[in-house]
Amino acid sequence: MKVTINNRVLEASQGETVLTVAARAGISIPTLCHMEGLAPTGACRICVVEEIGSGNLIPSCSQPAYDGMEIKTHSPKALNARKTIVELLLANHPDDCLYCIRNGCCTLQDYSEELGVRQRKFKGDRSTYDLDVSSPSIVRDPDKCILCGKCVRVCEEIQGVSAIDFVGRGSETHIGCAFEEGLNVSSCVYCGQCIMVCPTGALAEKDETARVLTALRNPEITVVVQHAPAISVTIAEDFGIKPGTDIVEKMNGAMRRMGFDYIFPTSFGADLTVIEEANELVQRVTSGGPFPLFTSCSPGWVKFMEEFYPELMDNVSSCKSPQQMLGAVVKRIWTEDQKLDPKKVFHVSIMPCTAKKFECDRPGMRDGSIRDVDVVLTTREFDRMIKMFGIDLEQVDGEPADNPYGQRSSAGKIFGASGGVMEAAVRTAYQMITGKELPNLEIKTVRGFEGIKETEVKVGDLVLKAAVVSGLGNARKLLDSIIAGEKTYHFVEVMTCPGGCIAGGGQPFTSNPDVIRSRMMSLYSIDSAAEVRTAHSNESLKKLYKDHLEKPGSHIAHEMLHTTYVKREVLK
Amino acid sequence: MSLERINEILKTYSNAGRDKLIPLLQDVQAEQGFLSKESVQVIGRHLGLPASKIFGVATFYNQFRFEPMGQFHIQVCRGTACHVKGSLPILESIQKELEIQPGRTSKDGVFSLEVVACIGACGLAPVIAVNGEFHARLESDQVAGIIESYRKKAV
Repeated sequence: MKVTINNRVLEASQGETVLTVAARAGISIPTLCHMEGLAPTGACRICVVEEIGSGNLIPSCSQPAYDGMEIKTHSPKALNARKTIVELLLANHPDDCLYCIRNGCCTLQDYSEELGVRQRKFKGDRSTYDLDVSSPSIVRDPDKCILCGKCVRVCEEIQGVSAIDFVGRGSETHIGCAFEEGLNVSSCVYCGQCIMVCPTGALAEKDETARVLTALRNPEITVVVQHAPAISVTIAEDFGIKPGTDIVEKMNGAMRRMGFDYIFPTSFGADLTVIEEANELVQRVTSGGPFPLFTSCSPGWVKFMEEFYPELMDNVSSCKSPQQMLGAVVKRIWTEDQKLDPKKVFHVSIMPCTAKKFECDRPGMRDGSIRDVDVVLTTREFDRMIKMFGIDLEQVDGEPADNPYGQRSSAGKIFGASGGVMEAAVRTAYQMITGKELPNLEIKTVRGFEGIKETEVKVGDLVLKAAVVSGLGNARKLLDSIIAGEKTYHFVEVMTCPGGCIAGGGQPFTSNPDVIRSRMMSLYSIDSAAEVRTAHSNESLKKLYKDHLEKPGSHIAHEMLHTTYVKREVLK
Repeated sequence: MSLERINEILKTYSNAGRDKLIPLLQDVQAEQGFLSKESVQVIGRHLGLPASKIFGVATFYNQFRFEPMGQFHIQVCRGTACHVKGSLPILESIQKELEIQPGRTSKDGVFSLEVVACIGACGLAPVIAVNGEFHARLESDQVAGIIESYRKKAV
């Protein structure tokens, strides 16, 4: 059928919304509540367009196109209505953009600017809700909320967690946890996907850059930094560099300019995780279970399991995450080798993840009073630090990471994408079981953005059945079918965020799926171009085992690199 | 209320879906006097609904409470006649006196406060009812005395 939008005749198919048809033609209509792939709610009304003929304003996000429809998306009437909607949204807004964590990356601010809002036209009572700072990862400021409902939807429909919902009625409606409790006693898993969809500063990561600055300023403190596999392929976006560009070496250079003393890629920790986890898989294969073995690198998933599926606790790998493995190795082994007092070593971890802030606080992630990881910063916090230091990334020379943990395999790098942990672990488990290298290292069936991916790999006499799932809503479906006995696997990778860490809750803001795709592509091209593609062929890692850890699954490895889980009673 | 009593109520709602949420909440509140965290979670497990969703639905309606009622339940009429006759200052004095908001119960458990739209006694405006006892044609400066008289009776 044919639809005329802004005098252009466009092709549309049955059931498509006006917004979708317009977007395909490059006509951009502002939205605050629209979520790609989910049913429209039509809550914010800012996407109204004028229907020629009737002269009505209709919400383009929920209005299906019909044959012969004529639309003006930016008629004076539509623009006026949109401006009024923004002005009304601002009526009770705190108006503190200068001090807001989303200053410069706020959709509400962008639309106020685009629509030429230059005065506070409606003066309503400002909201005075309490700030929720109860969680180690996420800060909620309901005063800044415009009730678009996206956080509620992502928590319920994508993640299957439902920690928050609309509370109250009328002008007193706000977003909150059950019984107005803080996030810390709710079922929130700290994934931060709510932050990614929030159009204002109502949701944000807990900013901990100040603690890092304090450490950097102290000449007596040695500051070590690790950066997750998904950081170097996303951080460029906030500096105007093409999405998906890998700038790992420039990032190292920037880190040294900021005063970080040692740089180790978390991918080295990921290689270590691969060895320990593949060993665990091999042990279970030889001793007959329990199956499936679940991965444990994604702290949101671990908390989710502890809350909703504690009966699966014994199935989850006891391996700490790469962040915590590297943290333990640095604080407990490296400081000794370097003759440094671990009390005077400060370990900063740059992560695509808000839940990692929670993970580093878990019990077992310290040696006595010495924390393995002192502070976790999200990609966004680290971006802000680079800007604060006035560093022009274009001008920074590329530099390598430091020894002895600077060398990683590309298996440890693809951890950043959904399917990467599985692929990396299978490469090594195959070698451990058969003594030979996997003939084709690339397991394409576990790559990509599909929510649930399945594969079978022939390992000697065994057909290894594996599944990869990302997004906790998808995980719920898979877990329920496993518990019901409908599905059986040997090995299951679970990533909290849809698509994996490249789309984590701490990453630069984007709603463009092509940008996220380019981040994933970048990781796989790093892998296909790499010389060392398996964790077990990482020479520095072999040396670490030879000098300190003895062998995979040894007593000392267990003490340092493995952990335990607890059943969590939360409001759910 | 014991868990067994909630479970007995749930038995009368076997195989119920989310459409039975409100009648179920009403039954539990009728029994318990309020909706406790525990009962909300048990109801949630029964209907397959998260606690946040149930709390969201329950807070939409005025009828649900989340704290036990006080020994003396104060209803303040905010209907049109009472409003015109000055019920807002009355409500404000009660809030100040008890240090609680409408819908809440004082820390000592003696008083709870509720705002009602019209109590049906417009001729007595402005009016409040304490456990069904009416206090008519009130002035704000009488509030402290009335509360004190009930506080003396508290056990």
